[in-house]
Amino acid sequence: MTSDFEPRIISFLCTWCTYTAADTAGISRMRYPPNADIIRVMCSGSVDPTYVLRPLLDGVDGVLIGGCHPGDCHYQSGNYKARRRIVALKMILDSVGLDDERVWLRWISGAEAGRYAETVTQMTEALKEKGLNPMRQKWAV
Amino acid sequence: MRTVIPVENDDTLAAVRGFLRRLLEEQIVDALLVPMETPAGGGRIGVVPALVTDPGMLDAANPLAPVMGVNTARVAGQVSIREPRGRVGVVLRSCEVRALVELAKLHQAELDDLVIIGLDCLGTYDVPVHGTMQDDGALDMAALLATARSGDLAPREGYAFRSACQMCEKPHAEGADITLELFGADLTAGVPVTLPDEVGEKLGLGSEGEDGQRSEVVEKVVSVRTEVRDDRFAEIREQLDQEGIDVVFAACVRCHNCMDVCPICYCKQCLFRSHVFQHEPIQYLNWARRKGAYRLPSDTMLFHLTRLNHMVLSCIGCGMCTSACPAELPVDLVFRATGARLQEGFDYVPGRSVEEPLPLITFREDEWLDVGGE
Repeated sequence: MTSDFEPRIISFLCTWCTYTAADTAGISRMRYPPNADIIRVMCSGSVDPTYVLRPLLDGVDGVLIGGCHPGDCHYQSGNYKARRRIVALKMILDSVGLDDERVWLRWISGAEAGRYAETVTQMTEALKEKGLNPMRQKWAV
Repeated sequence: MRTVIPVENDDTLAAVRGFLRRLLEEQIVDALLVPMETPAGGGRIGVVPALVTDPGMLDAANPLAPVMGVNTARVAGQVSIREPRGRVGVVLRSCEVRALVELAKLHQAELDDLVIIGLDCLGTYDVPVHGTMQDDGALDMAALLATARSGDLAPREGYAFRSACQMCEKPHAEGADITLELFGADLTAGVPVTLPDEVGEKLGLGSEGEDGQRSEVVEKVVSVRTEVRDDRFAEIREQLDQEGIDVVFAACVRCHNCMDVCPICYCKQCLFRSHVFQHEPIQYLNWARRKGAYRLPSDTMLFHLTRLNHMVLSCIGCGMCTSACPAELPVDLVFRATGARLQEGFDYVPGRSVEEPLPLITFREDEWLDVGGE
């Protein structure tokens, strides 16, 4: 892939933690790549596998799910359930010949603006390395 | 209690029918959900599940028929899910018993008033194959039942069992209230049955017979089938790895048959039949412009991948999906191979126990600690 390839990331961020971190990162004028579009959700546990699959099959290069650290869920156990669901989803992707490394789950608390900026930077770099999601060129899906 | 239903004149089916009739006559159950024979045109006999209350009508019952058109666990839910209801005996093959256990956990069946009558499965044909075999005079029940004794399960030469049956490593009924233990038995002499003591007493049956050859024969069948399964898993896994699911399922016609016949896929209103996937005409045009072409009906791979996410941990391998697929896609193989990996990963065996929680509605705090970190 050419070096000017800019991966597109869709991120689902829990409003109680990672979304707040993203907000703080912005307010603090931290620098990080503009590649991630944010969809604010009430809990990482509310992210249905279909939400992750649709953009991936459409050709988006990566999907990031951001939730509260284990033990810190605003709804007690949403992130634990998200963890199982995303683990299952990644196993399925890998089993059927799709790239599960395009899906990232990260625990980022509201106080971790720096960690959010770092995560988006790392993910953008990793996806640049991988190159274009092959699904972007496949019409018969 | 273990006992043996005596068989007269080598007529195993008559003995099984007689046993079922006694369950109704002695009011152990109010009704039986059991495969029944019915004329199916052109001299063929079809075998379909029916809820039977009249003992006299059990002359048409045939749970031994080697054909599977429906996973009966689906309808067992309908006759049990809420009160008022009767006490129903459901006659199920091994894979149907497992499906019923999963459905109970998904709150789509209620086991309290069900008496599960499980039977060892010698293999089944697809409905059209079963019909053709009748036309050809090739359906030989005695020969099929004879395979139970040795465990050398095989279809009639020139015909094939359903794809799922060919690789079924759990054909022996487990977890039923009453079990017709066909494996290892000389079915021309008697049909071994295990059942609760009080049922046995009510039927006037005495304890009789040892386990005999069953465990040995089951072990043999399981090992042969496991080998077939593993070979097929390896084959499909390699194909998926090389080509991807979008190629393996490229010929899908989006009829949703696999979903309709799946005992686990129970949603009354499926997302894929909802307005969620009815877009504005201009939206399709925009999508087409983005890739140059856009497949319609849309979201075919999303359908299969979502279904995998929703049900594959509970997939019990009945293979009805493949039987119902007009495009003859290896749906059962893809789902079973994927399911096997997830079930192992989550240490979950679908159909094993109603006590075992479904993996995606439970969690442990101390698991997958590396997930979510750097």
